[in-house]
Amino acid sequence: MISVLDTAGLEPGFANPVFDSQDTFRRVLDAYAYVGRPQTLVSATAAVGPLDPATAAVCLTLADCETPVWLDSRSNLPSVRKYLGFHCGVPFVDSVERSTFAIVANPMTMPRLAEFNPGTELEPQVSTTIVVQVPSLNGGPPVRWRGPGIQREVSVDVDGLASWFWEDWELNHELYPSGVDVLFTSGNAIIALPRSISGEI
Amino acid sequence: MTGPHDNAAGRSFRQPYNFAYLDEQSKRMIRRCILKSMAVPGLQVPFGSREMPLAYGWGTGGIQVTASVIGPNDTLKVIDQGADDATNAVSIRRFFKRVAGIATTEITEAATIIQTRHRVPETPLKEGQIIVYQVPSPEPLRRLEPRDSETRKMHAYAEYGLMSVELYEDIARFGHIATTNSYPVMTNGRYLMSPSPIPKFDNPKIANNPAIQLFGAGREKRIYAVPPYTQVQSLDFEDHPFRVQRWRQCCSLCGATDSYLDEIVMSDKGRRMFVCSDTDYCTTRRNHGHLGPDRGDPADIELLLPSKIATGSESR
Repeated sequence: MISVLDTAGLEPGFANPVFDSQDTFRRVLDAYAYVGRPQTLVSATAAVGPLDPATAAVCLTLADCETPVWLDSRSNLPSVRKYLGFHCGVPFVDSVERSTFAIVANPMTMPRLAEFNPGTELEPQVSTTIVVQVPSLNGGPPVRWRGPGIQREVSVDVDGLASWFWEDWELNHELYPSGVDVLFTSGNAIIALPRSISGEI
Repeated sequence: MTGPHDNAAGRSFRQPYNFAYLDEQSKRMIRRCILKSMAVPGLQVPFGSREMPLAYGWGTGGIQVTASVIGPNDTLKVIDQGADDATNAVSIRRFFKRVAGIATTEITEAATIIQTRHRVPETPLKEGQIIVYQVPSPEPLRRLEPRDSETRKMHAYAEYGLMSVELYEDIARFGHIATTNSYPVMTNGRYLMSPSPIPKFDNPKIANNPAIQLFGAGREKRIYAVPPYTQVQSLDFEDHPFRVQRWRQCCSLCGATDSYLDEIVMSDKGRRMFVCSDTDYCTTRRNHGHLGPDRGDPADIELLLPSKIATGSESR
């Protein structure tokens, strides 16, 4: 099946794909390593429709033809599909549980965490990574995080999450080593929430 | 920030390889595996190990992890059994100099990425550093259960009794746990993990380390990780607690009593010397004026460190 690509209005990706994706990856790696500390992505990308620069940069860095992507209702726009289709070559899926990456631009209406793919005991690594774009990485209700990557504990107050989120997160944490990983993005910054972390309100 | 980028970008036009040798698709695949392994400490994540310009067994796993992580602003240190000047270390350092044009160093503190074969440096690592281990056999249960299908299930259901039996048999036979390298550890209370064949002397350094620890096994196609500040416990028994090896001697060259020592036969009359396995640690101590019991006998130093005497420091 061949479809002619309409490049009108297509936002540019990284100016320098090799070094910008390396730099972004290292900051994502730091976010996974020093959990709870916000990391600023320096390699600039423009916002794409409803996607903040950080969300777009994470997609450009990690997504490709091997990673089915699911878009939530706010991000499921022709401009976003065109952008990710052109720059990353991702296949899009309609069911959340088949996605490797799920892009959530509106965390208030996102599916419950149990609907994403948690992986299996034999293959915990096939689970979904949810990129949750929030209005702000602080200013929300404080939650105490504990786990690998954190000395003792850290208080993180991500804003704009659904009321059930931390309840669901504890259920997700109980599935460990299965379970989903979350990457919070906002503006140019990210905070990672791997499944190994427990959150206590 | 833009300076080194531009330089490296300019260089990539003149040379036939992508930056850091691997193509971008392979790097992305490895990067995704690294993030998964960081999310589940100790889990062996399978990855599509690529063919590298050297044979399996020479650090291809570590090289692929380093290649996916390294950037133009990084400083790389490579050690082979603690030594910066061993064959494997020299050739890997030269490989990255050539395909990534990055700066290299022998000083642990100056490095942002340290690729290692079978040692953890004596100088404590700090936040922001990444240590990449070359792993020959990532599966700690392999000697006990050769079938991969079974060891995967043992990890899935945390069935690790067999390993305790193995350690117990050591005690029954020798009176103590005789395993001295690849000493199995429990990572984050869930996964049994092989710390790669580092001496058990280095096991305590893996626990609660501020640096990111990545493990790459090229032939076995597995990546695993220990994030900073992660609980890592060496297996033991209440009545046979885990102990690291100690030496009666100190380092003959620098007098260190807290480092891992190699025994070196100096003559056919059976004269022996004990010296630090970590060459950077030993050199730094000697530069600070610490001298061992042999008072740094010039003849011995020349025998052990001919390049250091001849050229001063690295000039490759």
